[in-house]
Amino acid sequence: MQINLILNGTKVSVDVAADTLLLDLVRSQGCASVKRGCETSNCGLCTVFLEDKPVLSCSVLAARADGKRVTTLEGLQEEAAEFGAFIADQGAEQCGFCNPGFIMNALALFREKESPTEEEIKEYLSGNLCRCSGYEGQLRGILNFLAWKKQKQEAAE
Amino acid sequence: MTIREYKKAESLEEAWQLNQKKPNRVLGGMIWLKMEKINVGTAIDLSGLGLDTIEETDEGFSIGAMVTLRQLELHPGLAAYTDGAVRESVRHIVGVQLRNLATVGGSIYSRFGFSDVLTMFLALNASVELYKGGIVPLAEYAQRPYDRDILVRVIVPKEDAKFCYQSVRNSQTDIPVLTCAAAKNAAGEYRFAIGARPGKAVLYTLPADAGETPELTSARFAASIRSRIKTESNMRGSAEYRNHLAGVLVKRAVKQLG
Amino acid sequence: MKTVSKAYRKKDAMQLVTGQPVYMDDLVPANCLIVKLLRSPHANAIVKTINTAVAKKVPGIEAIFTWEDVPQDAPRYTQAGQTFPEASPRDRLLIDRHVRFVGDVVAIVAGKDEKCVDKALRLIKVEYEVLDAVLDYHTAKDNPVLVHPEENWEALCPVGADNKRNLCAHGEEGDGDIEAVLANSDIVIEHTYHTKACQQAMMETFRTYCSIDLYGRLNILSSTQIVFHTRRNVANALHIPKSMIRVIKPRVGGGFGAKQTNVCEVYPAFVTWKTKKPSKIIFSRVESQIASSPRHEMEIHLRLGATKEGIVKGIDMHTLSNTGAYGEHGPTTVGLSGHKSIPLYAKAEAFRFTYDVVYTNHMSAGAYRGYGATQGLFAVESAVNELAAKLHMDPFEIRQKNIVKEGDYMPAYYGATNTSCALDRCLAKVHEMIRWDEKYPARDLGNGKVRAVGMGMAMQGSGISGMDVGSATLKVNDEGFYSLVIGAADMGTGCDTTLAQIAAEVLDCELDDITVFGADTDTSPYDSGSYASSTTYVTGKAVEKCALKLREQISKLGAEMLECAPDEVTFDGRKVYVDAAPERGVSLAEIVSASQFGHMVPLEVTETHTSPLSPPPYMVGAAEIELDKETGEVKVLEFDACVDCGTPINPNLTRVQAEGGILQGIGMTLTENITYDAKGYPMENSLFQYKIPARVDIGHIHVEFENSYEPNGPFGAKSIGEVVINTPLPAISDAIYNAIGTRFYELPITPEQVAMAAAEKE
Repeated sequence: MQINLILNGTKVSVDVAADTLLLDLVRSQGCASVKRGCETSNCGLCTVFLEDKPVLSCSVLAARADGKRVTTLEGLQEEAAEFGAFIADQGAEQCGFCNPGFIMNALALFREKESPTEEEIKEYLSGNLCRCSGYEGQLRGILNFLAWKKQKQEAAE
Repeated sequence: MTIREYKKAESLEEAWQLNQKKPNRVLGGMIWLKMEKINVGTAIDLSGLGLDTIEETDEGFSIGAMVTLRQLELHPGLAAYTDGAVRESVRHIVGVQLRNLATVGGSIYSRFGFSDVLTMFLALNASVELYKGGIVPLAEYAQRPYDRDILVRVIVPKEDAKFCYQSVRNSQTDIPVLTCAAAKNAAGEYRFAIGARPGKAVLYTLPADAGETPELTSARFAASIRSRIKTESNMRGSAEYRNHLAGVLVKRAVKQLG
Repeated sequence: MKTVSKAYRKKDAMQLVTGQPVYMDDLVPANCLIVKLLRSPHANAIVKTINTAVAKKVPGIEAIFTWEDVPQDAPRYTQAGQTFPEASPRDRLLIDRHVRFVGDVVAIVAGKDEKCVDKALRLIKVEYEVLDAVLDYHTAKDNPVLVHPEENWEALCPVGADNKRNLCAHGEEGDGDIEAVLANSDIVIEHTYHTKACQQAMMETFRTYCSIDLYGRLNILSSTQIVFHTRRNVANALHIPKSMIRVIKPRVGGGFGAKQTNVCEVYPAFVTWKTKKPSKIIFSRVESQIASSPRHEMEIHLRLGATKEGIVKGIDMHTLSNTGAYGEHGPTTVGLSGHKSIPLYAKAEAFRFTYDVVYTNHMSAGAYRGYGATQGLFAVESAVNELAAKLHMDPFEIRQKNIVKEGDYMPAYYGATNTSCALDRCLAKVHEMIRWDEKYPARDLGNGKVRAVGMGMAMQGSGISGMDVGSATLKVNDEGFYSLVIGAADMGTGCDTTLAQIAAEVLDCELDDITVFGADTDTSPYDSGSYASSTTYVTGKAVEKCALKLREQISKLGAEMLECAPDEVTFDGRKVYVDAAPERGVSLAEIVSASQFGHMVPLEVTETHTSPLSPPPYMVGAAEIELDKETGEVKVLEFDACVDCGTPINPNLTRVQAEGGILQGIGMTLTENITYDAKGYPMENSLFQYKIPARVDIGHIHVEFENSYEPNGPFGAKSIGEVVINTPLPAISDAIYNAIGTRFYELPITPEQVAMAAAEKE
């Protein structure tokens, strides 16, 4: 079936099978940042935005994205680099394989909540597994990023 | 899972018609469907039917089948009415991205034993509205075998009651070992829905004894439910442990509800 | 120091956080063949007949291979990534008619897409002769059912293996009269400690891409820690010359030892070699859980004798290790259970360490961070915690009385001397970090919940002494930037960066002046690979030596240009100048230009290193838990740890290694269970069932460092990668004891076990 979606701001018209998953569609469209780490909706590596909401692209039919906006890390390079630098400054990116999904969901959190508490951060990102970092360095990176952003905003005011 | 055809239903009637054919399936959030080893003929998508809203009136809540668990979690009216119990019942479910997909309809229709959502709505005295079958109390629907009707919405009546939700999990984002949703109404009557036994959640209604101390009440309820509830063993816990937990959670619920 | 001990970003960090295509499946052509495996539903069976005729007719199917395509009497191979001659027995065929666990390979299917391959897999008809299986490893030794009855089974090393007894390895060693020491001890702690076949569960599952290059050679792009061993293992599996194989690793999405075994490489290699078409295999998470290379399940019987003052006088350890259907890493992991636990106790007058490693019809085990030490330390440290409790002594105090010190001779550690050690300082530090005296042993919060603390110590090695080889090639390029080429594998650990830091320190340059490439068997200098905590210590030293030598070459050419002797000039990182007339000099850029213009002094050096020692890093960890006595739920509120890894080359990366390792240890202690169905199939076959910790499962992890200086390591460095997983096991289990008074000797400790134990006490 033919579907039309806006992938990272660009109109895409593509033929998909009824059971093509959004994850496989976006990867075939060159969005290699989107990873698969499980088949059971547990790992969060495949997180993309569907109409600005973070979802597991492994659990969405490509057909369901018809007429919708889909965003991957490829479409958020500036934000990814800005926030990702704080993760890199902790060395917490490690193997990097979970990073795109984790960063997508962190960006979603920052859009929903300007200054989340530690508890809120952990809960929002609980569906993003990481086997390398123990999460502590990711948390330090997030807190540093939020502090930096706040400082930047205050300076601008 | 394979799917031969995908159809975004244009009406409930069309969805219902399609769903009468054996290999066809209604898509909820697709979380569990995806993991099944099945060949679906036509995947019926209800997402174009406006079933994705929560409406609150003085009488209660009408929750469309395609409302996501994340919507439940964030709905201020449900939070206020249930003292945060609805939020508590879904917040452990894997992660935000999954809860942005998983639907109320999918959770209730599937009636999985480990369902936090089923447990919660049982204690809320909810009903379901089926396209052909009309409005059915959830407690009854939960016991029914799977059929080919379309679940349209879940109805939660408002009553003068307090609610709480608890679950025990081997790890925080795992499915539960035992769930317990509890309600206490103005008449002092208690309802306990216990799920993940690991079978489907069951509902118990117990009257309070006005002359009794809260400690005695909680002990009596815990003992009563422990003697009645059927628990079984699986990977996540034994029948004995679940029976033990049922007592613990009921006791704690009474304490919390006062 | 200028670049060493500085917290640089990893060189690849920004590429990774912005999601660039750097992993295997991001790099390969979309139209390559998809390879999948038909797996045995039986734990022990012979394939009587296999019919692929119908499956081959599925449109898009390129090839299907079965045991009939693999000579059954040819030499066997091992998938273990180990130095030749491998200690692991050669007990595999690429496809064996005899399948030995649920999940063993029955057929290889290659086709143009997943759909046709899945369909073909369903259409292959197999008739099995189902055999009795060995599913209880206690009964494996001398069981009438043999896992490997075949005649072409082969053990290359004298590890006590005997396939006719289901023995993958057996050993006995000791020092002093252990029976006499135990008989004279005031107190003997004796228990059996059991740990399971936990999974590394790196986020990127096993995967490999293969193609044929312009010379007709097999090119393997694999997510591996061991490019050179892969070349040998694949050649042995396919029975083709090693010269026909090139192995390259892209970015690796986590390894933790899993990818020190060639779990998946041979299958696409076979497909591509036979069809001459590019192919790839990507293991599903289920395959990564049920047919991979997890930790060896071990049962350790321990007797630990001590005086009533708490001095440990003797340790007697017997380890029974379950290697599963194949022997990968079986003979070697077991050694660490004793060698990397017993030496912590320096006052012991005797020890005995015996072991059996047995074959069973479970999936093969492999290498997982800690590599046997984790299992051994759980036993020894738990026993010492129990000893402390029985003697009413503080667990920290009893350690301070017993621990190994710098300069000590270590009879249970290959008779080596302890060349660097800050274990005493680590103890003091953690004691302070967790505020032990305020918290030990427990306090009841009055609401059914208890907070309690527990601790444990750990050691590991730094590379395999006298065996591991690390190498580095450095060259200077136009304008004076350097290329560092390695055969070690950065799998997220950051060795591309830390090794470049070592080079930059020696070469007096900026970190950005060095590019890093690794690893490729055709172009990298030989390296055993990244495992056994070897990369910083062994390869790092090779880098240091290499950079020193390159400095000499630079000086030599500079001197030639300045028309003086090499010993009359100095290289300061930017220029070579004449010592007697410092104003006379040539810049590095000029020297490089000269080297490319009519000169014969090579500005390229390769150096190799091996170490007769494997200096142990040390660590102390302590946990504060909150335990719900009624539900049995346990949460680690705080884990405080202090590591002595010698000089941390990059403090950020060492810290994150420690934090990540600690959380894996916490998972192993509390949630990561492996249970089997009646056929020996692991029930925890997905991330839905196998619960690695999520971030809401943990409070906080704090890590500090107390540095010793290891004279044999680069700039005083030892290893960090493995030691960090070990302390949570004894620490958390002792905290649970301190909370409810029950000791657990088997991991994981589930909420059910805790609740039932607490209920029994009430």
